[in-house]
Amino acid sequence: MQIKVMTNILEQNDQVAASLQDRFAKAGIFVLNLLGSPGCGKTSLLENTIGALKEKLSIAVIEGDLFTAKDAQRIEQHGVPVVQINTSGGCHLDANMIDSVLDCLDLTSLDMIVIENVGNLVCPAEFNIGEDSKATVLSITEGDDKPLKYPLIFKQASAVILNKVDLLPYTNFDMQSAVKDITSIHPGVTLLQVSCQTGTGLEGWYNWLSEQVRIKKARRASDV
Amino acid sequence: MHEMSIAQGILDIVLKTAAEHNAVKVGCVKLLIGQMTQVEPESLKFGFAALSVGTIADGAVIDITITPLIGECSSCGQQFTVEKFSFLCPLCHSANIVVVSGRELAVDYLEVE
Repeated sequence: MQIKVMTNILEQNDQVAASLQDRFAKAGIFVLNLLGSPGCGKTSLLENTIGALKEKLSIAVIEGDLFTAKDAQRIEQHGVPVVQINTSGGCHLDANMIDSVLDCLDLTSLDMIVIENVGNLVCPAEFNIGEDSKATVLSITEGDDKPLKYPLIFKQASAVILNKVDLLPYTNFDMQSAVKDITSIHPGVTLLQVSCQTGTGLEGWYNWLSEQVRIKKARRASDV
Repeated sequence: MHEMSIAQGILDIVLKTAAEHNAVKVGCVKLLIGQMTQVEPESLKFGFAALSVGTIADGAVIDITITPLIGECSSCGQQFTVEKFSFLCPLCHSANIVVVSGRELAVDYLEVE
């Protein structure tokens, strides 16, 4: 006997993600899912961001990591609430994991939550975790061929941050080719060239984030 | 290897559906997997086989159809196969493209006894 099913395999995850989105919408919190390879500079970007914006915005961080709390310890030094999720070898965060730690944060007092995903250009792209936007970090030293090799994570991202541009003179990274590939995978994506070491370009990133927070709050105000 | 999570999702759907139809054995699970998903079919089959041991889906054949990546231009209506992940309309060059196929991750149907 044949039984027609036609059910989305990630339906359970997507349902939890939708309920998380509801909670964040009611609280007017902008939630960012920060993606990228191990070592691309996600945590450095986050440290810079907190330093620049914490006086203006109330920020909390959820850190995804396979086994350690090293990134959470780095974030904690900046004086913002941080929750660690260890996936015990799991290659991505899913919506249930976020749901299980959300009670550790006071949602009434926050403007923005950044969820730093497990370092990986493949798996995290498939799993919604209740975020408003994904941002993908690609560092110059990884090579300009990565967007076409891992197109989904660039297609899903609202912003792509090309980090470590201070190292451009020491590599054969072809910026023109990388930009062309990223914008053909995702026309209209916000594309920023930054260096967390020198601070180049970070202002544009802070402005983008501040604008997303403003939009989220305005939407909440119009819903009330 | 996120295929394990996806395999678990498939198994949950398969066992729930089979129970609803009072099936005693699942022979085949037909899946639709989009071309623009990050799923490795062999890893998915391995994961399903490992997770389904001891259930009525143990030994079920996983039959995967890969759906092509197709975009539709919202400006001129043209449908086209997306080549090299270029999401620009080949006819009018608009960037206003809706993905109509190629992102599926679905259980299509089951064959059960």
